[in-house]
Amino acid sequence: MSEAKIILKVENLTKQFGGVVAVSDVSFNVNKGEIFAVIGPNGAGKTTLFNMITGVLPASSGNVFFEDKNLTRKKPYQIAQAGITRTFQNLEVFSNMSVIENVMTGAHLTMKTNLLMAGLRLPMVTKEEVTIMETAMACLERVGIAGLAHELAITLPYGNQRLLEIARAAASNPKVILLDEPMAGLNPEESRQLVDVILKMREEGMTFIFVEHDMETVMSISDRIVVLDNGVKIGEGTPEEIYQNPKVVAAYLGDEEEEYVNA
Amino acid sequence: MEKKDLKKVYHNSFIGLIILPILIAVLPVVIPSSYILTVFIMVGIYALVCNGMTMLIGYAGQISLGHAAFYGIGAYSSAIISTTYGLSPWIGMIVGMIIAGIIAIIVGIPTFKLKGHYLALATLGFGIIVFTLFKEFRELTGGSNGFFGIPSINLFGFEFNSDLRYFYLVWVFVFIGIIFSRNIIHSRIGRALRSIEGSEIASDAVGVNIMKYKLQVFVLSAMFASLAGSLLAHYVSFINPDLFGAMTSIYFLIMVIIGGSKSIWGSVIGAAAYVLLGELLKHFMPILLPNKGGEFEIVFFGILLVVTLIYMPNGLSPQLEKIFSKFQKKKVTIETPLQINKKQIASGGENQ
Repeated sequence: MSEAKIILKVENLTKQFGGVVAVSDVSFNVNKGEIFAVIGPNGAGKTTLFNMITGVLPASSGNVFFEDKNLTRKKPYQIAQAGITRTFQNLEVFSNMSVIENVMTGAHLTMKTNLLMAGLRLPMVTKEEVTIMETAMACLERVGIAGLAHELAITLPYGNQRLLEIARAAASNPKVILLDEPMAGLNPEESRQLVDVILKMREEGMTFIFVEHDMETVMSISDRIVVLDNGVKIGEGTPEEIYQNPKVVAAYLGDEEEEYVNA
Repeated sequence: MEKKDLKKVYHNSFIGLIILPILIAVLPVVIPSSYILTVFIMVGIYALVCNGMTMLIGYAGQISLGHAAFYGIGAYSSAIISTTYGLSPWIGMIVGMIIAGIIAIIVGIPTFKLKGHYLALATLGFGIIVFTLFKEFRELTGGSNGFFGIPSINLFGFEFNSDLRYFYLVWVFVFIGIIFSRNIIHSRIGRALRSIEGSEIASDAVGVNIMKYKLQVFVLSAMFASLAGSLLAHYVSFINPDLFGAMTSIYFLIMVIIGGSKSIWGSVIGAAAYVLLGELLKHFMPILLPNKGGEFEIVFFGILLVVTLIYMPNGLSPQLEKIFSKFQKKKVTIETPLQINKKQIASGGENQ
């Protein structure tokens, strides 16, 4: 990244559940157009960190800045309005809707129709609906499931539901998309398809932050990585730097390895 | 892509919008009976209330136990403005809707901040308060004795003074109401509302302001109820507080559940089922149990409610839709999601 421009800044973010500190004093910056990974062993606080950034959980302390706007104690829909959308670890497609309706709902923020206009079905409402339908179709084509547009979302296979969530998250033209374990439960073929989609969208200027267990994917596509263990940041850097970070190796392979590394 | 492709997205059929006006136009010709007209005027008035409540219950996922209060606000606004002040009934209608809307905002804002079914409790309390006010503000409402002599409606000199004329007036309102609600469902707002049911957390994450839309639908449903109340007042020309008690709110709820809250047609079906069954009950109950008087209606509808919830939790409208779609299937074969799924399984989960 020659001209790195910070788009998201996480400052001393902390989350306590009673006496348990799930995320402790974590800070990092994400640059525009970057694929940024958050990794760590189970229970490291990755999803909690995501939930704080997207407003699902209120932070106990610390701040999140997005393009210099403070998003710390904003509601999820306000964070989406600012330009951050997300996908979910346990799929959250709108099960009662068709695939295209899911994506059209994703484009909610780009539309202006209000209740009265909708009820009277003013000509501009129909025009907007057509535009959004086209946008949604384009999003589906980008992830490669346009052929399933009119199926009920819940009937799609797991991998396609993941792609649908990405299409939905991209529909409102956000600046950053957060992916919570996008590869979980996918077969190698589906993972490859998903990686292609992510790389293609990054080329078009999207910034991605993702949590992932699949180290192969993380190391191959991320520009930079932050590593959490027990809620504490133990490393940050490019994939090469992370490979060589003794603390990270210890966290993943156990304390004996740490001794080995130190020796 | 253009306008006609939207139909595929909405997967809707216009069949109801064609059948309903025909039925309404033909009914008074086929059965020229003043009694039948009276019955169907009441069906129409209730359908209007249920229309708003269907949006509230089926789409916003909130239950109201106080819609009779909004219904009463409409009726008394119309009565007071047209009789006491001698202004046009149309002004009364609009004022009633505005008052109902403002009250809905005041009741809705604090309750929608809470998760769960607090609206049911808030509206139950509010309904009782309004009922008491109708009784106690005697100078304005006539108290328990009721309000007499409400004039009929006229439009540019055309008096809606016969049952036949009023029948058409009411059903024009019902039809407009259905189209209005359908339009909302087939828009950004409708998708936002349905998405809340699909996954509230994801709905939030794509930027849907959940509270705002729940509140808007609540206000809309209050205005529909108020409009229906105005139509009632000008039709019966005499109203009293008992028409707008907690029991009426519960009957509205029963109509919506019997009709089915997932489809806007459920409002008409539920209202028709309630009124027609009620009329049958009035005729046959004295024959079945000659020496028993009293409130059979509530016992009957209570049992019906329980049976509906057990055997048809989505009410009558999906059953009727099934019948209609059988007719339509002969023309268009729809690939159901299940078939697609089987194909995918057969092809090893791959999708072209």
